[in-house]
Amino acid sequence: MTVFDSNIPDGPLADKWQNWLDAHTLVGPRNRAGKKVIVIGTGLAGSSCAASLGAQGFKVKSFCFQDSPRRAHSIAAQGGINAAKDYANEGDSAHRLFYDTIKGGDFRSREANVMRLAQLSENIIDQAVAQGVPFNREYSGALATRSFGGVLVQRTFYTRGQTGQQLLLGAYSALEHQVKSGNVEVFNRHEMQDVVLVDGEARGVIVRNLITGEIERHAADAVVLASGGYTNVYYLSTNAMGSNVTATWRAHKRGAYFANPCYTQIHPTCIPQSGEYQSKLTLMSESLRNDGRIWVPRKSGDDRPPAEIPEAERYYYLEERYPAFGNLAPRDIASRAAKVVCDDGLGVGGTGRGVFLDFRDAIIDQGKETIERKYGNLFEMYSRITGDDPYETPMMIYPAPHYAMGGLWVDYELQTTIPGLFAIGEANFSDHGANRLGASALMQCLADGYFISPHTVTNHLAKNSEPVSTSDSAFDEVESDVRGHIQEMMDVGGSTSAQAFHREMGHVMLDKCGMSRTAEGLDEALAEVRAIKEEFWRDLRVDPGDEEFNQSLEYANRVSDFFELGELMIQDARRREESCGGHFREEHQTDDGEALRDDDHFAKVTAWEYGGDDPVPHDEALNFEDIKLATRSYK
Amino acid sequence: MNFTLEIWRQFDGSDESDEGRFETFKVEGIDPEASFLEMLDQLNERLSNEKKRNIAFDSDCREGICGACSLVIDGTPHGPQQVTSCQTYMRDFVDGQTIKVEPYRANTFPVIRDLAVDRGALDRVIQAGGYISTTTGPQPEPNSMPVSPEVQEQAMDAAICIGCGACVAACPNGAAMLFTGAKVTHLNVLPQGQPERESRVIGMVEQMDAEGFGGCTNYGECSRVCPQEITIDVIGMLNREYRKAKVKKKPKPARAMTTQ
Repeated sequence: MTVFDSNIPDGPLADKWQNWLDAHTLVGPRNRAGKKVIVIGTGLAGSSCAASLGAQGFKVKSFCFQDSPRRAHSIAAQGGINAAKDYANEGDSAHRLFYDTIKGGDFRSREANVMRLAQLSENIIDQAVAQGVPFNREYSGALATRSFGGVLVQRTFYTRGQTGQQLLLGAYSALEHQVKSGNVEVFNRHEMQDVVLVDGEARGVIVRNLITGEIERHAADAVVLASGGYTNVYYLSTNAMGSNVTATWRAHKRGAYFANPCYTQIHPTCIPQSGEYQSKLTLMSESLRNDGRIWVPRKSGDDRPPAEIPEAERYYYLEERYPAFGNLAPRDIASRAAKVVCDDGLGVGGTGRGVFLDFRDAIIDQGKETIERKYGNLFEMYSRITGDDPYETPMMIYPAPHYAMGGLWVDYELQTTIPGLFAIGEANFSDHGANRLGASALMQCLADGYFISPHTVTNHLAKNSEPVSTSDSAFDEVESDVRGHIQEMMDVGGSTSAQAFHREMGHVMLDKCGMSRTAEGLDEALAEVRAIKEEFWRDLRVDPGDEEFNQSLEYANRVSDFFELGELMIQDARRREESCGGHFREEHQTDDGEALRDDDHFAKVTAWEYGGDDPVPHDEALNFEDIKLATRSYK
Repeated sequence: MNFTLEIWRQFDGSDESDEGRFETFKVEGIDPEASFLEMLDQLNERLSNEKKRNIAFDSDCREGICGACSLVIDGTPHGPQQVTSCQTYMRDFVDGQTIKVEPYRANTFPVIRDLAVDRGALDRVIQAGGYISTTTGPQPEPNSMPVSPEVQEQAMDAAICIGCGACVAACPNGAAMLFTGAKVTHLNVLPQGQPERESRVIGMVEQMDAEGFGGCTNYGECSRVCPQEITIDVIGMLNREYRKAKVKKKPKPARAMTTQ
């Protein structure tokens, strides 16, 4: 039933997308109002996709669990968005952005997808500016750019430290414009529970109205999942409290393959954890690494105030180990380096899990005023959270789970292995390989939402399909499964909240399937996660009343899926006997502790077919025609 | 740290006419570095252990940018520090203190349960004109339309609104002028926003009225509680834009672009 073909168009790499566009099937303007699309999630990818399809004249239903589409977690992205416009006259080009993204992903992404992304990057900036996104400007009135983690050119556009917020509000305003025009209907506080397949194709969803608890059916001609990433599997992450894997996981259980689940990004610049009660970790924009220098004392247990530690006794470990990129080394490398120095006992702060990010030299060189202009709001945020003043004393940072490169497997058209079911943005696996570069997530979400999925979904809608009614027996079956799952949770009758189980699982995942992994640790982790899951189903407590506003039930429902996803992540990490990007297996490293890839055996995507305790892996070989596989070096 | 909490409970049973009441809880051993919401998480975890109903409240990003959290702490929307509730820390309170926690109080924000409210009215104000009616497709090269950094700064100072609604909850009139003024300022100072300048402000003001938000009488409470420190200047801007638009042409709601 499932297809497994990446459907990459023929032709030279740079022409593939145009060739595809030239050949795809259209739906005539008069017929569009008769075609319905469901979009799950209203972040950058979901909002832009729903607004774009609505503007073309299709009828779109857009769902989000938040109380307003504007609150989706894309809102929290800080640093910026990449585009190969070469405004800084550095010889930047789509091909360079393409190359940097493939290399940044440690040669584990598809050439054709990444080239398309790089080519579309320019259009995104144009689109956002036309919507009124107030990007930072130079004195001439031209758009300002800066350089951002892992690249040597200034191709990152930004709106202070709130780029995600402004881009999302741009997409949200486009969405609300389409609501006004009558083509898009937004269902806030509605959470997708499952996807409904009719004759093997995605034809609808079951959602739960979070206010009334009602289980609703919605039918459509195509379903787009833009439900974000899954790093909340680690409990503490930079994701929002509500970010979850339920939409993609339930689709996986209905037949959509899940690709590279072990590829998760641990972001190097987050505020260290301060206590057990903590509910999330806060990211400090990576742009801080442009001017801040990262160091730890050379001597273990050196508890002098940082300002009193002389230059010779400071270990600027990124600058020493990676002279070419220094403090701008890509995220996976910077994170692992922080872990290594802390494992060696050089870490700072109360828990010993922290490193300094120091602006002393930048303030001396550039003046406090310049630093304030660049990072004022980030410094303020830091001092609000920690009570320390970064103008006076170095910040303390430590890596935290941030982004999922893995996700639902999709072909070139962003269609999953279920026909009619698309996955866009962080919800899919494409483009970033084993590690994502800074300022690339916003780019990918908006490329998928504004410029790719509107066309590939149209191509699917152009096929003649019989209208489906929500009284179809397929809806009966799926709805009954959804109700059964909810009832099961209500019936446990224990006395421990879902949050407590989530925290316990998160510890295991971070410890054994986080920045560094071993075969032995992964085997232990699988057993431990399964044991916690068993306990969850024995002692879970949710508040009574499933047909009403019940946040404890919402939480438990999400955690129940995180357990199953966690098991698959561990199995995927166990099977990938190499180190690449965010996936570091201690067994596979060079003499100086760098990741050691095995291109002969693992230059491929692992797409998992659901199989309960025994999922089935399928491999998609990655063919590199334009790029030569090379050891990724930032030294 | 130890605290006595007086927390608003409403609609936590089957009674649909429930008018609500305060319920008292004691919490002990709270870390001063815990955020206000993490303190509520701990209380909820305890209530689960005691098989009692959790306290309902909204939150999502917990870093002050999504605008989901919506508590009134000791009479002030969000809390004492002019930051969102999620960025309010227990070190901001005195050990042993009694703290009163309520939902936003505004007719336009009906209570869903306990501390969670419905702020859909704000989305509808945006639908009435809070956008530039462009659709996805080829757009002009941005540098062909320069924007001076001063104008960009002015737009950005308004565009940073997180749509939390604290301004409405703080206003004795329940006005949404700061929220609407911020969006009108953001779009109307930019060159891209000029073609719809008048229809935007008229559409949004009329929708504010239709939703039942009150009028501005210059209390300034909105700006005082705004976690993004949006200044009351945006209300001046809103009033000026509205007056100019009314003089210039007949009132006309923002018309949606027809697709075909």
